[in-house]
Amino acid sequence: MSALVRLVDVSKRYAGAPALHSTNLSIERSKTTVLIGPSGCGKSTLLRLIIHLIEPDSGSIEFDGELITPDNIGALRRRVGYVIQEGGLFPHLTARANVLLMARHVEKSHEEMQKRLLELCELTRFSGSLLLRYPIELSGGQRQRVSLMRALMLSPELLLLDEPLGALDPLVRSSLQKDLKEIFACLGQTVLFVTHDLAEAIYFGDQIVLMNEGRVVQKGTVSDLRDKPAGRFVSEFINAHRGIALT
Amino acid sequence: MKLRRQSRSGGFPTGRDPRRSRGRRCLTVAAAILLFGVTVGSANPVVIGSKKFTESYVLGEIAKRALNDAGIPAEHRQGMGGTIILWQALRGGQIDAYPEYTGTITQEILKGDNASSLEEIRISLTKFGVGMTEPLGFNNTYALVMRRSEAQRLGMRTISDLQKYPDLKIGLTHEFLDRQDGWQPLRERYALPQQNVIGIDHALGYSALANGSIDVKDAYSTDAKIKQNDLAVLEDDLQFFPKYEAVFLFRLPIPTDAIAALRRLEGTLDEKRMIRLNAEAERTKNYTTAADLYFDVEAPRPSGYSGPSHTAESFPHKLARWTLRHLQLAGFSLLLSVIVGIPLGIVASRGGPIGQGILGFASIVQTIPSLALLALLVPLPFFGISARTAIAALFLYGLLPIVRNTASGLQDIPRSLRESAIALGLSPIVRLWEIYLPMASRSILSGIKTSAVINVGTATLAALIGAGGLGEPILSGLNLNDHVTILQGAIPAAVLALLVQWFFDLLDRVLIPKGLRL
Repeated sequence: MSALVRLVDVSKRYAGAPALHSTNLSIERSKTTVLIGPSGCGKSTLLRLIIHLIEPDSGSIEFDGELITPDNIGALRRRVGYVIQEGGLFPHLTARANVLLMARHVEKSHEEMQKRLLELCELTRFSGSLLLRYPIELSGGQRQRVSLMRALMLSPELLLLDEPLGALDPLVRSSLQKDLKEIFACLGQTVLFVTHDLAEAIYFGDQIVLMNEGRVVQKGTVSDLRDKPAGRFVSEFINAHRGIALT
Repeated sequence: MKLRRQSRSGGFPTGRDPRRSRGRRCLTVAAAILLFGVTVGSANPVVIGSKKFTESYVLGEIAKRALNDAGIPAEHRQGMGGTIILWQALRGGQIDAYPEYTGTITQEILKGDNASSLEEIRISLTKFGVGMTEPLGFNNTYALVMRRSEAQRLGMRTISDLQKYPDLKIGLTHEFLDRQDGWQPLRERYALPQQNVIGIDHALGYSALANGSIDVKDAYSTDAKIKQNDLAVLEDDLQFFPKYEAVFLFRLPIPTDAIAALRRLEGTLDEKRMIRLNAEAERTKNYTTAADLYFDVEAPRPSGYSGPSHTAESFPHKLARWTLRHLQLAGFSLLLSVIVGIPLGIVASRGGPIGQGILGFASIVQTIPSLALLALLVPLPFFGISARTAIAALFLYGLLPIVRNTASGLQDIPRSLRESAIALGLSPIVRLWEIYLPMASRSILSGIKTSAVINVGTATLAALIGAGGLGEPILSGLNLNDHVTILQGAIPAAVLALLVQWFFDLLDRVLIPKGLRL
């Protein structure tokens, strides 16, 4: 099966400084691809390029065989869900309104939206009684669940997660990790997951993409990285996390 | 009309317009338009204008009565402003006649013409379609005055005597300081040594003179205050000041019987009589009474006419009228500020040269003194002397807080939330309308609140251009040095500002989404 997203020779500079060197990458369908690397390695840049929050300086990005351009990005964004670290919920809207926001604008019927909302509550283990609360009235974990519901509302083909659990305390984080993994499996979801935490990467990643200084250093499974490191940086990165990663 | 007159009565001491500050003169223009607007539909009475000081009011009333007595319907638009405004209104046909002074005509109206004799002036005026009566009989020229006791102690009788006392403190109206027949040439002519010269409001100057803050000030020879305050006039021994003989200017096309009625006033008012009429007007705060005195010397009005009690309009009614007008001015200008300011703020929030330009413009407007802004707007074609001008000025002042708060409210939205909105696939319009503006609503509303309070405060200045509102009693009170009258406007204005603040606090609860208030 062909890749859902394909980046060909994509590069990006910020104010002259390269954020992403020329990069090729494929994101396979129904798998979770994890982008990992130290801060500033270009992993978030890559994610933001895919949803066209920033434009590449060179190269091309295909989504489902279609070249992403400013003309079709609007339609393509509806086929992609996006969750960020702090959830990105709009504070003036209730949890419910946040989740339904986009659906209202693609003219889904009320019944359809209501049905989907209940499905999502169940899927994300979010109590329906909290739906009328505002983001500020929810805990960090609850907010991320709402954010996930919002991202999944229109049944996207691709789910982009930018350190979605980074701001949560360890217990909440661990329970959400478990739920997320179940959800991805249950939906057969194609996921691109950005994290700087190797344990998380190993937990989720069918494919791990290790990045450093704007380049993809190595792609593969965790055992590929551990057993056949593509260079000193890979070994060092793995070793630095060893204590945690292997627990 | 009576109320209006009442509220402004004695608004200015018996001065003559040339001494009004230029700014104020221009501002007063707007006042007139309002008045014009009211009467445009009526059946062509002869319209008399007057400048914004006691003597002009009185002369206007006299002219009105003279016309009425001759069977000609006439009305009097009181206190429209200064020379330029009245002259333009006359040429524009908004008024048919108004009292003027020959010195002002040569110095201010016919500047370049070198007309000096009455006949030369009349010929020059004809070019503008304007006629002039013969002098009414008094010369209201400039004068320098001192406390009588002080003048006697120093043995001073003439302006030349000032040379002997270089330490005397001189307080002059701002206009006199600037005029071509004002302080600079006067000082050169008389070789005056005084260094201690300050600019001071005309009415306040009398208080300053009384309490010794200043020793010498400028005045007008028919000013009733000279007598009231027991002041000595220093003789213009070098004949420096030009003649300011009172005349009526009229539009040549008005009916000949109207011209004849005005001309019957020629040579009938000497200085002594004018001073008395001015004093009567200031004492009773009723110009009609003073004008009646001119026609009816033998039978002065009963004493019941004196004092403000003669007015037909009760204080609550006046207050309601001022307040309503005030709210109209502030409210309408605020509405414009909101309608224009929010879109400008949205554009400005994007930064770049255009955004910087918008914020820069709004900031510059804010730095222009309100008086100056009014004066700048009055000469523009669309504005002129109208409430429009007051509203436009208030609108411009209200702009900056709204533009800036809209821009900063939008800029303060975290990038992550902006990007979430984009990534969701919302269209730019929906993003703005459903996400960005609601999120910035607190900031935008606080900008609107600031504008509203500023507008309620600044709207008091609208009275300067006759646009009414609570500034009316404030201005009258300032000019009369009458604290009660000032407070009649100042207290309601302050209460209004508080109410506006309170109203917007309430509005916050309705308009700011609940999620942002938790």
